[in-house]
Amino acid sequence: MESQNSVGEIVSKPYKYGFVTDIETEKISKGINEDVIRLISSKKQEPAFLLDFRLKAYKQWQQMQEPDWAELGYPKIDYQNIIYYAAPKQKDKKSSLDEVDPKLLETFDKLGIPLNEQKRLSNVAVDAVFDSVSIATTYKEKLAEHGVIFCSISEAIIDYPELIEKYLGTVVPINDNFFAALNSAVFSDGSFVFIPKGVDCPMELSSYFRINSGDIGQFERTLIIAEDNSSVSYLEGCTAPMFDTNTLHAAVVELVALDQASIKYSTVQNWYAGNEEGVGGIYNFVTKRGHCRGKQSKISWSQVETGSAITWKYPSCILQGYESIGEFYSVALTNNYQKADTGTKMIHVGPKTRSTIVSKGISAGHSSNSYRGLVQMGPKASGARNYSQCDSMLIGDNAGANTYPYIRSQQPQANIEHEASTCRISEDQLFYLQSRGINFEEAISMMVSGFCRDVFNQLPMEFAAEADKLLALKLEGSVG
Amino acid sequence: MIRTDSELILEITDLHACVENQPILKGVNLTVRAGEIHAVMGRNGSGKSTLSKVIAGHPAYNVTAGKIQFQGQDLLAMEPEERARCGVFLGFQYPVEIPGVSNLEFLRVATNSRREKLGQAELDTFEFEDLVRERLNVVQMDPAFLERSVNEGFSGGEKKRNEILQMALLQPVFSILDETDSGLDIDALRIVAAGVSQLATPTSATLLITHYQRLLNEITPDFVHVMDSGKILRTGGKDLALELERAGYDWINSTNKDQEDN
Repeated sequence: MESQNSVGEIVSKPYKYGFVTDIETEKISKGINEDVIRLISSKKQEPAFLLDFRLKAYKQWQQMQEPDWAELGYPKIDYQNIIYYAAPKQKDKKSSLDEVDPKLLETFDKLGIPLNEQKRLSNVAVDAVFDSVSIATTYKEKLAEHGVIFCSISEAIIDYPELIEKYLGTVVPINDNFFAALNSAVFSDGSFVFIPKGVDCPMELSSYFRINSGDIGQFERTLIIAEDNSSVSYLEGCTAPMFDTNTLHAAVVELVALDQASIKYSTVQNWYAGNEEGVGGIYNFVTKRGHCRGKQSKISWSQVETGSAITWKYPSCILQGYESIGEFYSVALTNNYQKADTGTKMIHVGPKTRSTIVSKGISAGHSSNSYRGLVQMGPKASGARNYSQCDSMLIGDNAGANTYPYIRSQQPQANIEHEASTCRISEDQLFYLQSRGINFEEAISMMVSGFCRDVFNQLPMEFAAEADKLLALKLEGSVG
Repeated sequence: MIRTDSELILEITDLHACVENQPILKGVNLTVRAGEIHAVMGRNGSGKSTLSKVIAGHPAYNVTAGKIQFQGQDLLAMEPEERARCGVFLGFQYPVEIPGVSNLEFLRVATNSRREKLGQAELDTFEFEDLVRERLNVVQMDPAFLERSVNEGFSGGEKKRNEILQMALLQPVFSILDETDSGLDIDALRIVAAGVSQLATPTSATLLITHYQRLLNEITPDFVHVMDSGKILRTGGKDLALELERAGYDWINSTNKDQEDN
């Protein structure tokens, strides 16, 4: 009765990042071929090894099939109808922020990511990526004092080619999968982080990805290297304008942790998800993988996935080093007609490796939300342990949730535990909270944050509260 | 306790309501004044639980006719949360479990939403802990239950104590206790009943919904109403409950029939 009317009124709060920045953009023509790849490489003045890398990847990609095993189902993507490089027109080399187009600074301001000195987030260094290029990285000098390199990957390719050549493509090989191969061929920008031996990075590092043009694909590439006894916490955020066409986003993230190094990688993904009828939105096909190479190294993924029309994403850990640790904490929320197929792979190679998986899927509206995860215990992984917990929450009667846990063990001494549950927010639970004076929205948000608490506890402080709010906003009006 | 000049708290006039198009309430009239304790009795399916849900504003129950005035306001026009903030409290027969939501946090948010309406200052977590620990005594509840998720894994008796604890915190004007006695052993029943009696004030009123006389041995009602087929068939004093206990619900039907025949 009354409460249902009020639900109707608040259905679909507008996506607040859906604006388009009116800025002159340099775009290359649509389509992909060897010439396009050479053009991208020459625009970025890349060394020869990188062009080779791209061309090899392109050849591999041409032989590969787009995967169709995920619970997604989307219209065929025409890869010749996508622009592979688009950059806001501005001076090539930006020696300071003063030379960055004020419209771009304004855009990031509006997104809540101020880049100029006075308003910067304290203690968070930001690399801001707009369409295909990085436009600014804050606190570079301060980080350099500690020996930490934080810059766009394009700059790193020019300034630190030996590090790029040594590590790029070593965690996610160019032929790893269809989307990773495509990314390897055409990636335009992204972030690079290098933490030298014995350094605990003094600030949170963060990249913010913004798609502005409607017809481009964004292919960013991130590489993070943590040397022996170092540590870093990195956060990635992303938004896009509202277009009624679908935009392709195919990123690759590679993490390398050496002896006793620790990398914490958090994502708050809020790409445009399409409208209530499922028109438009980002197709998000991402390959994220971390390699615990050193003994007692640790890689921890935490993600809050709320956006995108399609999400295909499995942040994974290869646990090679003795006693290395992999973690995956995920909240994936789908509403309206969103589809998400997400999870992780924990590949235990070394002895006494440990992994923890906590996945919380929330499906509302007509959406579908699948967890897909692999736990693999190799023959040398004696004494390895995994604990997985996959919980699904359904809101309303039209949403779907699936769990696909894959377990492969070649090691009888390994210990694998898996727990799964499904629950539904019931009218009676909502009424119970309401009958104690708690309003409808707050009641849902209390239940959802309660459900996600284990994961939010893993996010950096500043972002945990944000993630909570983001979920509440996304869910407004989803129950009725 | 009964004074005809005391404040009118709740006035239900010719209330009709249905669930999934099935009429359940078929013309309920009830007047409750400050300081009064009312008991509504009746067999299963007589409509007494429906009456409590309709007063609290459950969305599955559709009011098709009649009105409810609460302290002069049109209660049916208010959202359930607004009713609660104004002082309507429903102690549930089967309190639901809410996994992941901390009982303490839930109690604090609920208490503060009521306090805001009363113009009282919001309590922070420390102030609230002091208050809740004091109120736990009303129902002799173990503080360990504050740390758990709302009602999750609570026994039937613990759930009912948690309901009365909420009543103690929210300080309602009008409390409905829906079969609070069901599932309680005699000791728990005495504790819960003592809690309810302790919370009764000259400015508030209580409606006990019950199947049996035994709760009424602990809490003496000023009025007893007998419901059947969606109506209040008979109203009397506490003796009516005793009479019912002795003669059974069929007795009401037959005597009521006599009255109608006359």
